[in-house]
Parts: sequence; structure tokens; C-alpha cells
Amino acid sequence: MNTTWSRFNIASLVFGFAFLYLPIVLLVVFSFNESRLVTVWAGFSTKWYVSLFRNQSFIDAAWVTIRVGLVSATVATILGTLGALAMTRYTRFRGRLLFSAMIYAPLVMPEVITGLSMLLLFVAIGFDRGLWTMILAHITFSMCFVAVVVQSRLVTFDRSLEEAAMDLGATPVTTFFRVTLPVILPAVVSGWMLAFTLSLDDLVISSFTSGPGATTLPMRIYSQVRLGVTPEINAACTILIAIVAVGVIIASIANKRREVQKARDEQAAARN
Amino acid sequence: MQKLISSVAGRLVIAVPYLWLLIFFLIPFVIVFKISLSEVAMAIPPYTPAFNLSAGWQAFADNFSQLSWDNYIWLLEDPLYYKAYISSVIIAGVSTILTLIVGYPIAYGMARAPATVRPTLLMLVILPFWTSFLIRVYAWIGILKPEGLLNQFLMWAHVIDTPLNILNTNTAVFIGIVYSYLPFLVLPIYSALEKMDYSLVEAAEDLGCPPILAFWKITFRLSMPGVIAGCFLVFIPAVGEFVIPDLLGGSQTLMIGKTLWNEFFSNRDWPVSSAVAVILLLLLVVPIVLFQRAEARAQESEK
Repeated sequence: MNTTWSRFNIASLVFGFAFLYLPIVLLVVFSFNESRLVTVWAGFSTKWYVSLFRNQSFIDAAWVTIRVGLVSATVATILGTLGALAMTRYTRFRGRLLFSAMIYAPLVMPEVITGLSMLLLFVAIGFDRGLWTMILAHITFSMCFVAVVVQSRLVTFDRSLEEAAMDLGATPVTTFFRVTLPVILPAVVSGWMLAFTLSLDDLVISSFTSGPGATTLPMRIYSQVRLGVTPEINAACTILIAIVAVGVIIASIANKRREVQKARDEQAAARN
Repeated sequence: MQKLISSVAGRLVIAVPYLWLLIFFLIPFVIVFKISLSEVAMAIPPYTPAFNLSAGWQAFADNFSQLSWDNYIWLLEDPLYYKAYISSVIIAGVSTILTLIVGYPIAYGMARAPATVRPTLLMLVILPFWTSFLIRVYAWIGILKPEGLLNQFLMWAHVIDTPLNILNTNTAVFIGIVYSYLPFLVLPIYSALEKMDYSLVEAAEDLGCPPILAFWKITFRLSMPGVIAGCFLVFIPAVGEFVIPDLLGGSQTLMIGKTLWNEFFSNRDWPVSSAVAVILLLLLVVPIVLFQRAEARAQESEK
């Protein structure tokens, strides 16, 4: 495609990105505000961060959130990768249509429905609501996102590599771990990160499925927001944004490095 | 022996995620339907069982005639509910069109950017999606409040004399939905536009077609799969949205996600909230099936 950067294109990008980023930037800026008012600047201060770290209920909620995120993202990545393999490698099996519907539907399903239905399941089978019911719920919705991410990598995968490995006597399981997995690993890793952030962010499904004693950071922030906007919430939001931003930056640097390495390897191979 | 292992492994690859989704995604809907037919009770859990599968099929059949459709009749008779459904669909529809108007130029600008800049632009669009939904909605409260940053700015610029009342109105809900769902719409349109052969537009223009018409007849047509996928990704979740109408909307903002939440958490009426969910699901079944088909077709064409 020929590239012309007309004024219109540049203007729409500038406005678009300003719209996307300005609210987040303002939120971060006002977390360092001296004044209790979130909208009037009164000088730089980190006192809201100090008071946040002294707030035990926030610390507890942060721990719950991280635990739920780590466990659910890991299990969701395994299940989602299996789901993606099932979708791409087995084009015919009984109930495939239903399977693909169950993979795609949670992506757009309103959270209130997913949350309510999961809760009613836990009540029906007599599962006490708490940390574990929340983890099960998070696994279920995030595994579908992982499946879609991994699937998009698997469809472009060169299957002759696997066939070569199996012709040379590798079992399918060995082939998967030594040939397929290394190739799709970047997609699996970004699937894990997506699952982790989805779990970190979720409010609605967590509110339905968690029980007493298992309050996550979004639930905590939400109940505070309903009482009013305070710089302390801005500080908590800034910390969450910082965690995610650092993770994304590390991942993209690692990706870039791997690409550079790959290009170098290919050049070396071509020279030989 | 190896064949056996391979076939067992193959079955497990399918069976494990399949069973998981059956148990934790599909069966819960059956339970929601079941509870929507029961009556509210002052107990834990707060409903009387509509029918009990453990009692066998005969009992199930006996019970079937006594099922109570009261909750559905209640939903149909109380104007609050159907008004909430209609207003959710309207708010989601208007927001989807607004998102398209805001998002299309961004996707187009990205696709027309030099190839070296495109990955950075793509990353910049995805990045806000990684930050929490709740945080992004919360950020708008400080901006839209009567004494908020937008009003301060507009009054400083002498555009207005008295602060605008935006927070707690439907306008704030539209802004919130457009803002939160923008990446979902930009990404599919961008990927459709990026694949497009731009020489088609040049050919049309060389043959005397006005640029606007060439854009409409060629560029927009070719980006249609992206537009459709993007609109579904915005519209379907927006219909059932809870956080945005709750935090940005006002008391007159009727949305069904909020109604369901209030029935459940404030009124503790599980059967009615289940019935609300069932009808919401019926409302969304057609768009969800269309979306799923469009996705499956896109996957097939990639192969």
C-alpha cells in the first residue's frame, strides 16, 4: 500500500491518541497532587502513596488480586492453548460447532450474565464462595482470550516441521514440547499476559463470584469510587497502570531482541 | 503403543477444554434458566428450587407443569424492565456508531502511515486496552464533573460561562463507551485496511472518480469485514454494560446491566435477575451468532 501522510491522517491520529491518552495522563498527574481535591493542582506530593501503603485493606486486596491473577492466568493459558490446538488441529470432531461457539461467545458475553451464571453454578453445587470460586471464574473467561490469541499463531504454523520430527521418530507429545511449543511460545506468553491483565482488571465477574474475605483491588477501588473521587484512588490506579506498563514494555523489548536474534541467525545460516 | 498414546493425547487436547467450558460456561446458563422459573424466598440461597434433577425424570416431568413463568410475566408487565432493554439497545447502538465515527479515521490514518511507524502506532492503540477498564472509566469522572477539568478548561478558554452538566447524563455514558471500546473497533478495521491494495483507489481516481466516492466505493467496501467485526465487539458487550452507566450515568440512565446488578445485589431477588439475564441473552443471541460466524469465516480465509 502506498503511503501518503496527508494532513487529515496526521490530524486524526493526533486527536485519536490525545483522546486515548489524555484521561490516563491526567489521572496519573493528579495522583501526585498535594490537595485533597482531584481537580485543582496545589503542588507536588507523594503523600497519597504513603497513605495508600499504610492502608491495610488496600494491601490485602492487592495480594488477593495478584494471587488470583497468577493462578488463573497460568491455568487459563494451559487450557486456552489446548483449546486452540483442538480448534486448529482437529477440524472434525463431534460437537466442534458447539466448541467453537463456547470459545467465541465469552469474548463478547456481557459480564453481568457470565458473573451471575457462574455464581448460580457454585451455589447449585454447594461450593463456598471465596478465592477459589473467583479463580475458577477468571480461568473460564480468560482461557477463551488465550485460545483466540494462540489460534491466530497456529493457523500460520508450518506443519511440515512437526511431520519431520515425527518421521524422525519423535512421539507426538515430544514433538509438541520440542517443536510446536517453542514456535508458538510468543503467542502463549502474550496469551498469559492478556489473561493476567484481564484477571487484574475484572470487577463485575469477581463481584458476583467472590465471597467474604476475598476482595480484589478493583472491587476495593469501585466501592471507594462510589463514595467519591480521592487522590488515594488515583494513586492506586497509577500503581496498577505502572505494573501493566512495565510488563508490556519488558515483553516488547524481549520480542524485539528475539526478532533481531532470529534475523542474525538467518543471515548466518544463509552465509554458510 | 505410540498410536495409542497419540490418540489418547489427541482426545485429551479436545476433551479437557471442552469439558471445562461445558461445566463452567454452558451448564451455568441452564441453571440460570432454571432459577428464573423459581420463586423468590427468604432463605439461603434465596429461591425455592423449581425442579430437582436428583429426584429422577418422573419428578422432573411432574414439576414441569408447575413451573412458574411469573418472573417473566412480571418483567413484561413492569415498564421499568422493557424500557431498560430498549434504552440499552439504543445507547449501545448510538455508542457503536459514535465509536465508528471516532475510530475509523484513526484506523485509516494508521494504515496509511509509513510501514516503519505502523508497529509503534499499533502498540499505542493496544496499550490503553491493557490498563484497567475501571480505571479508564474512573479517569473520566474527574474530567466530566461540574468542577472538573473539562469545564475548567472550557471556562478558561471563554467558550462557556457556566459549567456544563455532563457527568451523570447519557452523554457521559456515550463518552465512556466510545473511550473504553475504541481499541476493539480500531484494530479489526486497521487489519482490514492494512491488507488492502491501495492501487485500486488510485486507478479509480485516475479514471476520474472523485476521492470521496473512491473512498466510499472501494476503501470502505473493502474494510467492511473489519467494520462488522469491530461493531459487534463494541455493540454486544455495551448492551450489557454495568460499570459505565453506574459510574458515569445518572439516575435517569436506564441500562439492563445496571438493572440486573441492582436486582441481584440490592433487592437480592435471584429469580428475577436470572429472568433478566435470560431475556438479555435471547436479545443478544442473534448478534452473538453473527459475530461468531464472521470470526470463523475470517479464520477459515486465513488458512
